[in-house]
Amino acid sequence: MTMRNYHASRWDEPLIHAMGAPGRRGQLFPGADAAGLVPAGLARQTPPALPELAEPDVLRHYLRLSQETMGMIGISLFGTCTMKYNPRAGERAAAAVNAIHPAQPAATMQGLLACVHGLDMILRGLSGMDRFTFQAAGGADAAWTQAIITRAFHAARGEGNSRDQIITSLQSHPCNPATAATAGYEVITLPLGDNGYPTLESLRAAVSSRTAALMINNPDDMGVYNPEIAEWVRTVKAAGGLAFYDHANFNGVMTRIRARDLGFDACMFMLHKTFGVSKGGGGPAVGAYGCTAELAPFLPGPIVDRSDDDFTLVEPARSAGKVREYMGNLHQVVKAYAWARAMGAEGLREAADISVILNNYMEKRLLQIRGVSRSHPDQPGWRLEMTRYSLQQLFEDTGVSAVDVQNRMSDFGIDAFWLSHEPWIVPQPFTPEAGEMWPREDIDYWIDALAHVVDEAYRDPDFVRAAPYNQVVRKLSSADLDDPLRWATTWAAWTRKHPTPA
Amino acid sequence: MPNSAPALHAALLAELGLETAEPLFGQIPENHRFNGDLAQPPALAEEVLLARHLRTTLARNVTADDNLSFLGGGIWQHHVPAVVDEIVNRAEFLTPVWGTPSSDFGRNQAWFEFTSQLGALLDLELVGLPVYSWGCAAGHAFRMAARLTGRRRILLPARLCPERRAVIAAYCASADPAAAITLVDVPCDHLGRLDLAALAALLDTETAAVYYENPAYFGGFETGAAEIARLARAAGAETIAGINPISLGVIAPPGVLGVDIAVGTIQPLGIHMAAGGGLGGFIASRDEACYAAQYPTLLNSLATTVAGEMAFGLMLFHQSSYGSRDEGNDWTGNSTYLWAIAATTYMALLGPTGFRELGELLLVRTRDAALALASVPGVTVIGGAARFVDLIVDFNATGRSVADINNALLDHGIFGGLDLSGAFPDLGQSALYAVTEVHDTDDIARLAAALAEVLA
Repeated sequence: MTMRNYHASRWDEPLIHAMGAPGRRGQLFPGADAAGLVPAGLARQTPPALPELAEPDVLRHYLRLSQETMGMIGISLFGTCTMKYNPRAGERAAAAVNAIHPAQPAATMQGLLACVHGLDMILRGLSGMDRFTFQAAGGADAAWTQAIITRAFHAARGEGNSRDQIITSLQSHPCNPATAATAGYEVITLPLGDNGYPTLESLRAAVSSRTAALMINNPDDMGVYNPEIAEWVRTVKAAGGLAFYDHANFNGVMTRIRARDLGFDACMFMLHKTFGVSKGGGGPAVGAYGCTAELAPFLPGPIVDRSDDDFTLVEPARSAGKVREYMGNLHQVVKAYAWARAMGAEGLREAADISVILNNYMEKRLLQIRGVSRSHPDQPGWRLEMTRYSLQQLFEDTGVSAVDVQNRMSDFGIDAFWLSHEPWIVPQPFTPEAGEMWPREDIDYWIDALAHVVDEAYRDPDFVRAAPYNQVVRKLSSADLDDPLRWATTWAAWTRKHPTPA
Repeated sequence: MPNSAPALHAALLAELGLETAEPLFGQIPENHRFNGDLAQPPALAEEVLLARHLRTTLARNVTADDNLSFLGGGIWQHHVPAVVDEIVNRAEFLTPVWGTPSSDFGRNQAWFEFTSQLGALLDLELVGLPVYSWGCAAGHAFRMAARLTGRRRILLPARLCPERRAVIAAYCASADPAAAITLVDVPCDHLGRLDLAALAALLDTETAAVYYENPAYFGGFETGAAEIARLARAAGAETIAGINPISLGVIAPPGVLGVDIAVGTIQPLGIHMAAGGGLGGFIASRDEACYAAQYPTLLNSLATTVAGEMAFGLMLFHQSSYGSRDEGNDWTGNSTYLWAIAATTYMALLGPTGFRELGELLLVRTRDAALALASVPGVTVIGGAARFVDLIVDFNATGRSVADINNALLDHGIFGGLDLSGAFPDLGQSALYAVTEVHDTDDIARLAAALAEVLA
């Protein structure tokens, strides 16, 4: 396939601090005489060093910056994030809740609460759980929800002090060990066995009367499904621990498995990934956390109850506390509800099928490319919606790394692939995820671009290592980023540390 | 779905030598599979039907645009400029998650302009990318202070937003008793300001930080801010301030008041309430390595490319949970990054003069509301003239409950203030009313008249 003659927009747009002129205004407010209303000593003495711009200049500036962002206008197969189209019908509908204050009487939020309850019911059907909350403002916040519910659950049973360990695996998302540690737990991270998942023996050796919970992804982001997961859950629960299913990788198994049927006490779905909600460049997001009736009294409140056609807000009796103020990113819940209603059960199954078909189609073609291998090459069989690959051979042959390939692919209108969470157990990793919403032509183009870059790397490795060339700017120099004398998150810091402007 | 047309679907399967997708799921044992009824509602695949369903469902809401609303206390109805909506709805910002430093350049520049402009308002040079909310920011900041000092006691206002307080409490509790952070209430006056004598008595060698808010939850200005920082420093403790940045056109910034770590909300900076979905928080400090080392957030730094161009990159990435899992600082993940783009657009629109004018207007509106409500028979407004946006209205002398009054106000098309009687029982029947630039003097007069009628 011919590579696109692509070039990113480049506006050479200055930082906003260097724009504007004294006296320009972007918003006016009615004049008001506030003399005497600020207590002595608390009045601002020096105006904030903000730019002064007229409204159209602000609009054009940020439009230009938006054009200097490839985003989903190109092709993004950023694995683990399930890059899919966000239906605009949901985006439009959600704007109807913009002017709702979360403390309004429930009677004035019946439409919104109907959507919240409707999605709760949909997710109950897909997971087998008894109750969902949408308070968690992202997947990691849902893991945090599990961590604090674990704390409250064991404390309520008088085991708060004795159950002080949470078990996870090396391939589980970092938010699981990180939130467990933040909640005060000792984290036990199980290494992988030969099959690509930890052995049951390693789990049995780790489980004890100190076990508070298991927090785990399945399938992991290598596309490997742990076939012993039900036995894992039985083992943990037999020892008195809770079992939490991080369903970050739900897209490929939607409608086929249900967390509750596997024995889990709780699970989490990411509405901004699997359920078609816009990602916003990293939130606002929703980690929809669902659990059994046994854990439901410990949920963060309030949660939505239904009586006939009326919806009320109730506080769970033994709530573990809150993970965020109010009820969560409910405008995003409206979008997820819209997406799930549009899909229906059959649509969800078809989406899962297509995401797994496309992944395996990609795998077949990618493994024909020189220098590309997949994780656990001795493990036969199809992977689910993702496959972890390695460019180690390419790296050894040419010195071109996975990051270099990522940069060069961006020269053809293809955004970054996912590499791997830490630690890298596969050297020079890369992890695309096709999902169900990219046409085959785009998938083929993506593969052709990778093959093209690999070919370039074998012919002229220095050229690929110095990429990109067709992007907004060239390759980032990371020299300043960990140096206190040079890093700068603000213009004031930069100008103090770098007397010569950038 | 682009590949769902039967011929396209079959062609893809044929590439794999398959007729159905079933073999692809061979990793999943048969007894793990669900074959029952998923209890899903019927699909609304046609956009015209879906849109009608959503429209009719959401029409059951009454919003703060429909009613006159005086709800605030942590999330406020401010004006959102039209330009902000256009920018945050740009597909390039709205739909992606992560690219390369070069392909994300424009987004990263917008993020930098967010931290940079917020830093200018705060007069602090190190600002992290946003977190979920003010409460989450405060919770992280308390943990930062505990790590910085090796101490585990935080002194904070007894009068604090109950939502925020609940979030903070979860961040400070621990399954490990030795790691738990103890929250100690400092008595406050009627506007939520710390009692300095009580604070001085409570400060000890175990105190990691003193936390105060300016403006306080009850709308008062923390006139003791500089003295709090002095007392905290003398005790070897950090000073953490909770800030509503929309006040910073008229109020002294934390950077000049001796604050070590500032936290707060970004929601007032051009972000719709969205039933709570508009929340976002920030963490900022002086740009010193010891503080930078404790941030749990991602930190977006200005840098250069190999060709010397301006560029942006993540600094100190290794200390995040992405970099170090359970060895990192707390955790991070998806956050509220789209709202950083809203807020940077908003700050650029206002500029220094806009923030000053808006601050003055909010001061005046709050005073006007206090005067108007105090004129209603039986109603008392707590405190003097200097208040910002939020004010406590005391209904005890009316013999009516806030719940009862708010119900009656609904009939007038008004959302009354937040009912404080549950969280602060010592205040009896009191409510927290919020007034912003969206309210004009007629709105305030309408509220006063409606209250007079309800209470008559």
